[in-house]
Amino acid sequence: MDKPTLPFGELERTFDLVAQAIDEVGPEQESLLLSKLALTLAHQLGDYDKVAQAVAIAKRDLARPE
Amino acid sequence: MHHPQSQHTQSLYFDYPRYPFVRPPEMDGEQSRYPVVIVGGGPVGLCSALELAKHGVRSVVLEEDETVSEGSRALSISRRSFEILQQLDLSERFLEKALPWTSGKSFYRGKVVFELEMPHTDDERFFPMVNLQQCYIERFMVEQITEQDAAELRWHSKVIAVVLRNDAVELRVDTPEGEYTLEAKYVIAADGARSALRRLLGLRMSGTSFQGEYLIADIKLSTDRPTERLVWFDPATNPGSTVLMHKQPDGMWRVDYQLQPGYDPEVELDEANIRSRIQEQLDLISEPGPWELDWFSLYKAHCLCLDDYRVGRVLFVGDAAHLVPIFGVRGLNSGFADANNLGWKLACVLKGQAASGLLDSYSSERREDTQETFRQAGKSTAFMTPPSRGCRLLRDAVLSLSLSESFARGLINPRQSAPFAYLESPLNSGEVDAVFEQGPRTGAPLQNVRICSGGQSERGTFLLDHLGVGFTLLYFTEEGPLPEDIAHTVHSMRRSQAPLDHLVISRRSANNKADGWLADPEGRVFEKYGASHGTGYLVRPDAHVAARWMRVSGKGVQAALARIVRTTD
Repeated sequence: MDKPTLPFGELERTFDLVAQAIDEVGPEQESLLLSKLALTLAHQLGDYDKVAQAVAIAKRDLARPE
Repeated sequence: MHHPQSQHTQSLYFDYPRYPFVRPPEMDGEQSRYPVVIVGGGPVGLCSALELAKHGVRSVVLEEDETVSEGSRALSISRRSFEILQQLDLSERFLEKALPWTSGKSFYRGKVVFELEMPHTDDERFFPMVNLQQCYIERFMVEQITEQDAAELRWHSKVIAVVLRNDAVELRVDTPEGEYTLEAKYVIAADGARSALRRLLGLRMSGTSFQGEYLIADIKLSTDRPTERLVWFDPATNPGSTVLMHKQPDGMWRVDYQLQPGYDPEVELDEANIRSRIQEQLDLISEPGPWELDWFSLYKAHCLCLDDYRVGRVLFVGDAAHLVPIFGVRGLNSGFADANNLGWKLACVLKGQAASGLLDSYSSERREDTQETFRQAGKSTAFMTPPSRGCRLLRDAVLSLSLSESFARGLINPRQSAPFAYLESPLNSGEVDAVFEQGPRTGAPLQNVRICSGGQSERGTFLLDHLGVGFTLLYFTEEGPLPEDIAHTVHSMRRSQAPLDHLVISRRSANNKADGWLADPEGRVFEKYGASHGTGYLVRPDAHVAARWMRVSGKGVQAALARIVRTTD
């Protein structure tokens, strides 16, 4: 991926923020929350190619190797 | 022996006519070969018969049933369809009964999350959409055909076998009095979603079928709500489901609700259950009633079509050729467009004005439209009946976002049927579209521009009101006559293969009120068509642009016409 645009400290805060949001809404709503988050970030980013790149990155290495 | 299966119950608003069986001459030994036999007397078959009659071809229509289709079914007719109906003298009859509409609302958790607005101004001849029950649509068409003796309608007549020959098609027909065979030079297969001809010829449609099923019902309900498209996503009374409502003439309403995957048909098709589901919906929107159930049916969304709409001398139209999703009202509207596209081409071939290859363009042009419909309707169907967990999750994310964020609301748009342009058509020629700044592109239907006629009449007339039945050359001029070479072309073409008319659009309100002259003193047509002095548009009989030139010449028109009405393949 491109060089980071978010300062490391803020990336740390994002980690906490999203983790907290997932815990808050609970397992029932977490998929919906993350889908809304993806659409909203895509809208704010305004760049489909970057979104597609991010989706591809997120799909990598999901399952634990056998 | 074939006897119509229908057991039409008494309707709350519509008297189903009973058309009798009339013994055809073929059953008493007469042998005749008809130019065209249309299999199927639904709206697309009847429209095909009227299109052919407009071009001077009398057809025979074979219909299994003894009356028109039951229920509201297709319901919404688009503006472009009305332009087609106008050319068949049907628009007035339809408009007297139909309910026009321009807007819609989508609800989620009691809030309006999307407002549909279809552009409509005084400069439009027809509303973007009108609602009329299919039983009325068919009855009006039957009446028109009967009054004008435009075609021979044979009820109680079921096709049970078909033989394709080099020079004709043989159809074996079963009736209440036994079987007979009749011959046609061409057959139009308008026999619907479960087309018998498709089955008899061993043809298969390909594409996608969606999982979601809807129950569609007609109810009589007195309320003063306006005519608009109403949708509720995931209503509290019907969790996880989508409900749609449309107003119909005669105090009727259409209620469509989505059934859950894996539903139990014994439960869901039980009338008491349907009544209680509808009651819940009416409670939700605070409609006190009273109301009565008139008709119901099941609906499933498909994106399926034949690989070729022409199989030799058999031409498939409407649902027999393609099944498209209900959302966006493209079913019947695309069937009308099929009939409109095929009618003049078949007439040209039958009259020897064009070789049969012209019929291949029917298939390629209409399939182009079907593919675009699949793209658009596929998107709205994925939203209305999410086909996978991922689609459902993203759909729900959009609905949830739409409550507070406007950016997400566009994704709720139902993508209503829009006029289609045959941009890839082999019949197109003339100058590239880029030389024009405005105007319908080559392959697109004409824009039905309002012409101000000196302010005497309130609304004036519209461009399509002045169009003839055959090909038309629109010639734009500041003033003055049709140039010699063009007049010569028009004249000679009129006497040879192609029935070509001209319509001179003159900026000066000329004192020449002769046929084929149209004054455009405000320059409205000039502007909308990006025209200047000497511009020409060659218009096909179905009102699509075949070619356009900034400065037209007689030779150009001749070449463009020759491309369409070639006499050899």
